[in-house]
Parts: sequence; structure tokens; C-alpha cells
Amino acid sequence: MNDQLYQYLLLLGDNPLILGHRLSELCGHGPSLETDIALTNISLDLFGQVRHYFQYAAKLNGENQTEDDVAFLRYEHQYKNTLLVEQPNTDFAYVIGRQFLFDAYHLPLLEQLMASKDKQISAIAHKSIKEVKYHHRFSSEWVKRLGDGTEASHQKMQTAIEDLWPFVAELFEETPLEQAMKEEGIGADLSQVKEKYDADVQNIFELAQLQRPDHQYTQSGGKKGVHSEQLGYILADLQYMQRAYPNMTW
Amino acid sequence: MVNLENESINVPTEVAEHLRAISDPEIPVLSIMDMGIVRDVSVDGQAVFVKITPTYSGCPAMDTIASEIKFALAKAGYLVEVELILSPAWTTDWITENGRQKLEEYGIAPPVEESADKLALMGQSKIVKCPQCHSTNTRMISQFGSTACKALFQCNDCLEPFDYFKCLK
Repeated sequence: MNDQLYQYLLLLGDNPLILGHRLSELCGHGPSLETDIALTNISLDLFGQVRHYFQYAAKLNGENQTEDDVAFLRYEHQYKNTLLVEQPNTDFAYVIGRQFLFDAYHLPLLEQLMASKDKQISAIAHKSIKEVKYHHRFSSEWVKRLGDGTEASHQKMQTAIEDLWPFVAELFEETPLEQAMKEEGIGADLSQVKEKYDADVQNIFELAQLQRPDHQYTQSGGKKGVHSEQLGYILADLQYMQRAYPNMTW
Repeated sequence: MVNLENESINVPTEVAEHLRAISDPEIPVLSIMDMGIVRDVSVDGQAVFVKITPTYSGCPAMDTIASEIKFALAKAGYLVEVELILSPAWTTDWITENGRQKLEEYGIAPPVEESADKLALMGQSKIVKCPQCHSTNTRMISQFGSTACKALFQCNDCLEPFDYFKCLK
């Protein structure tokens, strides 16, 4: 088995998996019916994309592994999601801020992956990007609406961005795995993703009357398996059924 | 051979009949052939090989559709294999003209081409026709609707809320 490719698929799948789980927690708890439906629909799209990555990973691995094994039966340090997506749902501005800061990365990432030499990764990216464009439209509209809204909504949106900003740099930190995949023509070139990201974020923040945070403090580790305490709670929930009833299926 | 109107996918007639009887469980009025979900069918004696593609990645109906295809064709005496393919990615362009009509009759506004209306050019939202009273005076209530493929609209004239099948390109 090509272990690097397998690990790279986990890296690609874990962000949508954990973000999808965060969004699913809002099912029935969204601030309005429309946003509740929107966030859980986005969650569903993300889970669908994860399934494609993990089905492929399981197939590569052989040994009767299934997509469920990949999703549910790893330990915390084996998850490679970035710290940004595991941050909790505090208020709606945080949920929207986290979504936008991720969508603005997800979109150019998929653009790069569409050109991947790996046919299956390219196919998944072609499929996913159509959905992610829609997510980006939703989250950026809300960033503008809250940022350029009332004094209170502006303040909340600005605070959320400030608090989430330290997690942004990790998205573009190239790990040895990502570098190797890029060189093989399979993975994305994060420096190019970052270029588009910066322009997009700049543009939306201007329209939303938001200040781009200027603090240099960053926090990372998720891609290497070093997570914040948040992931433990997520996994306790996410893995409960498989841990309590091993090999259960629907 | 049956040639789907919108593009050249040839489905052997004897199998097409069975496939046309299978509908999307979330939009029961539309067959999977009209939805453009069936991408390729090959028949070799009693063996049938069907390729299908999901509308949205997370579409929960795909597993049901795959097993319904297997069930229907097995009942007709075939040995069936169904494969899920992702490329090329599904687009609303693959919904047949017949499918669009059925959608509207069912109360779901069919996808509107973005380039086809002038308002889109002026940066405004596209015109979605109310499937009840056909008024074009409608508004979007929510970008996301009851399933991944729909958005929620309301007619400003008859006041009826309705589903709009999102345009996916």
C-alpha cells in the first residue's frame, strides 16, 4: 500500500469530518430555522465528501478496512484535522467565522486538487467544489451581513474573527507529507492556496467593514496530531457507538 | 437503444424500462433516468453493469437507489453490478426536459440557467417561477432547503412557499 497517499487522504478527509461533526451538533439548535437547515445541509455535504476520501483510503489499505473504520477507530493523535475546525460552537458569529475562514481555504484547495495526478482525488475535488462554492456563498454573505449590520452584530463578528485568527496560519503550514504529495503532483500547493485565500478574505472583510486581525500569534499542531482539548470531546461523541458496540452497522 | 434527450447515453431498451420505473426516493415523481443519475449501462448476456453518479456528495438516497436498481434488475432475471462514479460530476443540466416538466407539475421549481436571465447579469438574483401560479414575482427564503438539492422560495403573489431545485454546474 502507498502509505503516503493513505495518510494524505486522511489529512484531506479529517477537516471536513470534524467540521461536519461540529455543524451537526447544531441540528435543531440553529438560531433560526433557515440557518439550522443551512448548517446541517453543509454538514451533510461535508460528510459526503469525507466518505469519498475514506472509501478510497480504505480500499488502498485493503485488509477488509471500511470507511467507518477510518472515520471512527483512530485515536486522537491519529486525526489530522487543523485546530480551526475543532473549535466549539460558541455563538453564531463564531460558527459563521469558522465556516468562512475554512470555506475560503477549502475552495482554492479543491481547485488545486482538481488538477491532481491521482484520478480519484481529482474526481472527488471536481464533485466537491460545486458544493463548496455554495457553502462559501452562504458563509461570506453572513460575514457581510453581521459585520456590516448593527453595532452589536459587528462587534460579535469582529471578536469571533480575532479569536479564530490564530488558527488560520496552520491551514498553510506545509508538513513533510504535504510537500511530498505536492512534489508528486498529487497534492495541493499551499502557497498558491494562500494567495487566493488572502485576496478573498481581504475582499470580504472590506465589504463587511471588518478589520483583518494584525496579531502575529498563531497556534498549530492539528495536522501532526497535536490537538486542543476540544477534539477529545468530539471523539467521545463521534466514536461512542463504534467503541461501545464494535463493528455495529446500521 | 434509448437515447436520453439531453446527451448521448445509450441505455439498452430492455433495461431502460426497468430503470425508468425507479425513482429518487426524495423526489418520487422523477425517475433516476430523468434525473441523469444513470451514467452508463452495459448488458452482456444476463449480466448488467450500471454506473450511477450522486447528485450531491452527501445524498443519502444513493444507497437506496443502488439497491433498488439491483433489486429491480435481479427480479427481471439479470445479474447486476452497480458502480458509483464521481467523474464527470453531476450537473442539473443532465435533468431531462421531461424531468423538468415533472418537477414543476409536482410543485418544485426546476433549476434556472444563470445566463438565461437578464437580472443575473445586473447582479440581481435570478427569476424563479412559482410552480403553483407561474408568477415570476418570487423571493428566496433560504439558500438551503429540505434536501441538499433544494432551496426554499416563496411566491409574492399567491404567497405559497415552494421548493426550488438548485442549479448545480
